[in-house]
Amino acid sequence: MATPQFALVDVNNFYVSCERVFNPRLEGVPMVVLSNNDGCAVARSNEVKALGVKMGTPWFKMQDLARTHGIQAYSSNYTLYGDLSSRVVRILQAFSPDLEVYSIDESFVRIETVAHLHGGGVAMGHAMKQRIKQWTGLPVCVGIGPTKTLAKFANHLAKKNAVFDGVCDLHALPKAQRLEWMQGIEVGEVWGVGSRLAKRLGAMHIHSVLDLRNASPQHMRTHFGVVMQRTCNELRGVSCLALEDVVQPKQQIMSSRSFGAPVESLQELHEAVATYVARAAVKLREQRSEAGAVHVSIRTNQFKENQVQYNAAITVALPDATSDTLALTRAASQGLAAIYRAGYEYKKAGVMLLLLRDQHARQAVLFDNLVQREKSSKLMAVMDAINVEFGRDTIRASASGTQQRWSARCDNRSPRYTTRWDELPKVY
Amino acid sequence: MPPITLLRPIHTLEQTPLDVALEPTALDMRLLTHRISAGFPSPATDYMEDGLDLNDYLVRNKPATFLFTVKGDSMIGASIEADDKVVVDRARTPKHGDIVVAVVDGEYTLKRLYKRPPRVELHAENPAYSPIVFRDGNELVVWGVVVGMVRRYNAKG
Repeated sequence: MATPQFALVDVNNFYVSCERVFNPRLEGVPMVVLSNNDGCAVARSNEVKALGVKMGTPWFKMQDLARTHGIQAYSSNYTLYGDLSSRVVRILQAFSPDLEVYSIDESFVRIETVAHLHGGGVAMGHAMKQRIKQWTGLPVCVGIGPTKTLAKFANHLAKKNAVFDGVCDLHALPKAQRLEWMQGIEVGEVWGVGSRLAKRLGAMHIHSVLDLRNASPQHMRTHFGVVMQRTCNELRGVSCLALEDVVQPKQQIMSSRSFGAPVESLQELHEAVATYVARAAVKLREQRSEAGAVHVSIRTNQFKENQVQYNAAITVALPDATSDTLALTRAASQGLAAIYRAGYEYKKAGVMLLLLRDQHARQAVLFDNLVQREKSSKLMAVMDAINVEFGRDTIRASASGTQQRWSARCDNRSPRYTTRWDELPKVY
Repeated sequence: MPPITLLRPIHTLEQTPLDVALEPTALDMRLLTHRISAGFPSPATDYMEDGLDLNDYLVRNKPATFLFTVKGDSMIGASIEADDKVVVDRARTPKHGDIVVAVVDGEYTLKRLYKRPPRVELHAENPAYSPIVFRDGNELVVWGVVVGMVRRYNAKG
């Protein structure tokens, strides 16, 4: 069997690049995309990175810098990012069906059986990069190696070093040169190592990627466990991690958000919680699961130190697992009522659906109400269909309220250019 | 503060058998409503086709296709009016005579491409607008090629 060859294709500054596709004026302008509720920078343009702004910096902390350098801040537009992301995946699938979508902006592609059609790994990498740029407007970097860990590493090199022109096939380099690159990069950059482990490795005189590659896998296993042993082997070109093409159903589903404005009343908290339940329940039904329990949490703003703090959470077990929004909302409301205390300014609420299981793997319950159950699943199917057709939250449980003053802030979100008729880009 | 855990089932009594008893549909019998043909199958079955889908007609290359809303009257000569939606394919290489979405001064503009080297120009289809001429050092950026147009009559939006 041929040696595996993995390509990691990763969109550069993904959210920022998405914004630029539809707003040519943003090209070359320093800009960030902020997290939900306009809190922290979750994507930075190269111009902003060059100013030393770190990932996750709160927006209020860069106000001065923003004023001096004219940094533009955009609220996150996940509808747009999701659409462009799926376009990139479709383009890659045409290159090779053997693909793992690793995150919204990166995919692993197995290329050993098709690379020769393009004239080798590097040429194929350039073909993917060129096509994604032309078809979607998004710039990508491609890293290629015989293992996923090495493909990640190659991608890092391609991104940081102009000599690669965005595509690095590690094993197309002469060995001496490959090892030299490994020596030049800190071990913390290796996929799955991170800064905490890098510190511990440092204490054992393992500082560079090369040091870890040259360490004994057995030794790494004794000190750090099987994951580090695998990483070490992967750096040596022994593929231990396969493509994960099957998405495992989630074991729990979260929906939580900070409020745009502080919330005090039980009624408003209740609306927020009901909305989060509804969102989580849609995901639950999408993966054909049912939840056996609902976890509800509320908290005040922990960053306001002069304010009285309160946070609480509760898990409410359901008599019978369900995917019915109304039943889940009822359970969540009961939990909320049990933990709510008046007189606090709440900043955040969250809902987690737990004890998930397959819809069909149901245990009979003594007093199971089959009629009720069938009605409920029909109602949910209709509700989901209408919300897909007419936009999220067209139909919802009345508990969600209609005002939603607590709804997250997204003051500067760009239009949903690719998914809404009334928000299409305009051309003159 | 540690989370309070409440693992007491709620509303157990909601599911009393009484509900079922009062619900007549529980005893419904379903009748089969399909006709099961005992004779020959319809000779048309082999010729059945799906209906026509405008997406198939307009969109050749889905991941590279985007829609724009037209503003202004610069292309009325090509029968493209304000509020029409144009279908733009980024995978197409722009040729002389194509209608394109181009980026001029940071704005999108809809014009016909005139490309007879050394002349590269964007022409409106409306005598009120003069051509945009690209000379050296002034590069034309084509965002995508227009491959279709849709218009809805008597409809808002």
